Amino acid sequence: MTADSNPALLDTEGPPGPGADGDPAKAGPASARGPRARNTRAYLLYVAGKLGGALVSLFAVLVTSFFLFRLIPGDPVKQMTGGKRVSAEQLAAMRKEFGLDKPVMAQFWDYTGKVLSGDFGTSYQFHAPVMEKITEALPATLLLTGTAYVLYTLIGIWLGTRTAWRNGKLGDRLHTGLALTLYSVPSFWLGLLLIITFSVGIGPIPGMFPTGGLESGGETGLAYVIDVAHHMVLPVITLVAVGYAQTLLVMRSSLLDEMGSDYLTTARAKGLRDDLVRRRHAVPNALLPTVTLMFVNLGTVVAGAILVETVFSWPGLGGLFYAALSVPDLPLVQGLFFVFSAAVILMNTLADVIYPLLDPRVGR
Amino acid sequence: MTTESAPSAPTAPGKSARSLAWTRRRHSAARFWRDYRTHRAGLFGLATLVLIALAAVFAPLLVGSDAQSVTDAPGAPMESPSAEFPLGTDQFGRDLLGLLVWGARMSLTVGLLAAVLSVAIGTLVGITAGHFKGWYATVIMRVTDWFLVMPTLVLAIALAAVMSGSVWTIILAIGVTTWPTTARLVRAQTLAVESRPYIERARALGGGHGHVMARHVLPNVMPLVLAQTTLVISGAILTEATLAFLGLGDPTSVSWGGLLQDAREAGAVSAGHWWYLAPPGLAIALVALAFTLCGRAVESVLNPRLGASR
Repeated sequence: MTADSNPALLDTEGPPGPGADGDPAKAGPASARGPRARNTRAYLLYVAGKLGGALVSLFAVLVTSFFLFRLIPGDPVKQMTGGKRVSAEQLAAMRKEFGLDKPVMAQFWDYTGKVLSGDFGTSYQFHAPVMEKITEALPATLLLTGTAYVLYTLIGIWLGTRTAWRNGKLGDRLHTGLALTLYSVPSFWLGLLLIITFSVGIGPIPGMFPTGGLESGGETGLAYVIDVAHHMVLPVITLVAVGYAQTLLVMRSSLLDEMGSDYLTTARAKGLRDDLVRRRHAVPNALLPTVTLMFVNLGTVVAGAILVETVFSWPGLGGLFYAALSVPDLPLVQGLFFVFSAAVILMNTLADVIYPLLDPRVGR
Repeated sequence: MTTESAPSAPTAPGKSARSLAWTRRRHSAARFWRDYRTHRAGLFGLATLVLIALAAVFAPLLVGSDAQSVTDAPGAPMESPSAEFPLGTDQFGRDLLGLLVWGARMSLTVGLLAAVLSVAIGTLVGITAGHFKGWYATVIMRVTDWFLVMPTLVLAIALAAVMSGSVWTIILAIGVTTWPTTARLVRAQTLAVESRPYIERARALGGGHGHVMARHVLPNVMPLVLAQTTLVISGAILTEATLAFLGLGDPTSVSWGGLLQDAREAGAVSAGHWWYLAPPGLAIALVALAFTLCGRAVESVLNPRLGASR
């Protein structure tokens, strides 16, 4: 999702901890009387605060997903019938069936109750429970974006480290420039170009990869795995190409920040080889902001491929969202909106909760 | 960058405080340009933007004002590039080069307006949240945090889908979903500015909330806001293209994202017509990259510690 102007690119400070003031465990060396116990208590309070915040956010998502999609113009019942001749009684019966005849607030509380029990209603266009459609599509999305996520995180960290260590050299400038360029490229366009080049084929390049979908059908066992992998190549390349720049830039800038530090001079002075200084001393410290970004990105694993999935006809959540939007299939859009947002919120909360364990300066 | 400083010397005869302030502003602008000039990538971005903006402004002169007309299209549908049509034609026989130049208008306009809207909301929220402490700041920052964690694109898509497809819908959808980053940055800067003694002095002299925020805080956060604007624009242009590609844009006007959608619907992908697909995407990437480069250069002039590549 290149179009996101993701705050993480600009804000590399890590999650904001609770205020530094008024936190006794943070000030100065811990007192003799059980510093660990006090730290644990402060940490638990911090975690509770973050979880509470996450719950508030989730409720806000629920409210938004309900009221936002009430604004869609057009009568959903009329759209469901698709222009067929239906009597007024039948329309009224359908409204009743979908609960559209009740007052809005009553509908909202109904909706909240149902969502809490995992029921997002019935899709207008597939005539199947929304939850069923989502769980059907989820594995395909997780497979695609999960693979891409692992790859672009690793590539980003590796290249970020290399470019920062050779700061200002030609290689650094080339890599940073390439990453920035790919970061500016719309993912769907890159996907379309890859399809044209490697699936359809131009000039001397033959069509090597399938144009879309998850499988060719009819394969079993190992052949099926290979077939799916073959279908994954182009979408994964697209996602990695537009995704690794952010990790690279954050890793690069945080490593550059560390590189002036005294402890690196000390490490060199005691005679460590250059790559040991980098691996054992600089990188672990510089990784911290990148870890935050990794979690932020993890939240977008679920929602991150709407466009790429659409372009490659991948049978995942993104493709489902596109299909739902074009109707518009209200319950399905609502359900997906909630799932996408909830994934991001949960992952951000997880990042906030884990971060103080990695960096004791935060949140204790 | 600070416009507020105690008049160090008694004002020279014939020079009012206002004209002194303008002299100082001119000097700081000159200093800014001197620093900016040393950033090669920033200069490249700026030159690219000037070229594209000129092309967009003079589009009617360059390619004629009837390039968008479907009815009297000059060529046959889906022609390959030729001397007459350097980029080929679309499914209606229109010259793709002309459409590309006209598309620049739409993409730049939407990008600029959406970014201005987004940064304006962000600045307003940030300054007020930093100035008024207490429950107002708590509530407004909670809202900001909430917008910050929402997946921007999903929210923008939802908003654009809910409202009718027009240019203003897209501008609004982008502006409303991207302001929180600016709000956080501006709030942090506001808190820093407000802790300085001259704010206390302004208050002691009877300056009200509005005076302090507009005359003292705003000028000091302005450089940050400008750098942020250039960065937001590139995101906004990408989002505009994305929304148009998903069919959520204004169907009556030509934009780069819309061109890509047209290309896909006309079957340019399976036919292997790369000359239809490549230019609009390249244009989007080039403009987004140019704004990003400018933004990074401005940022590192204002804050040399960032050490962006020169």
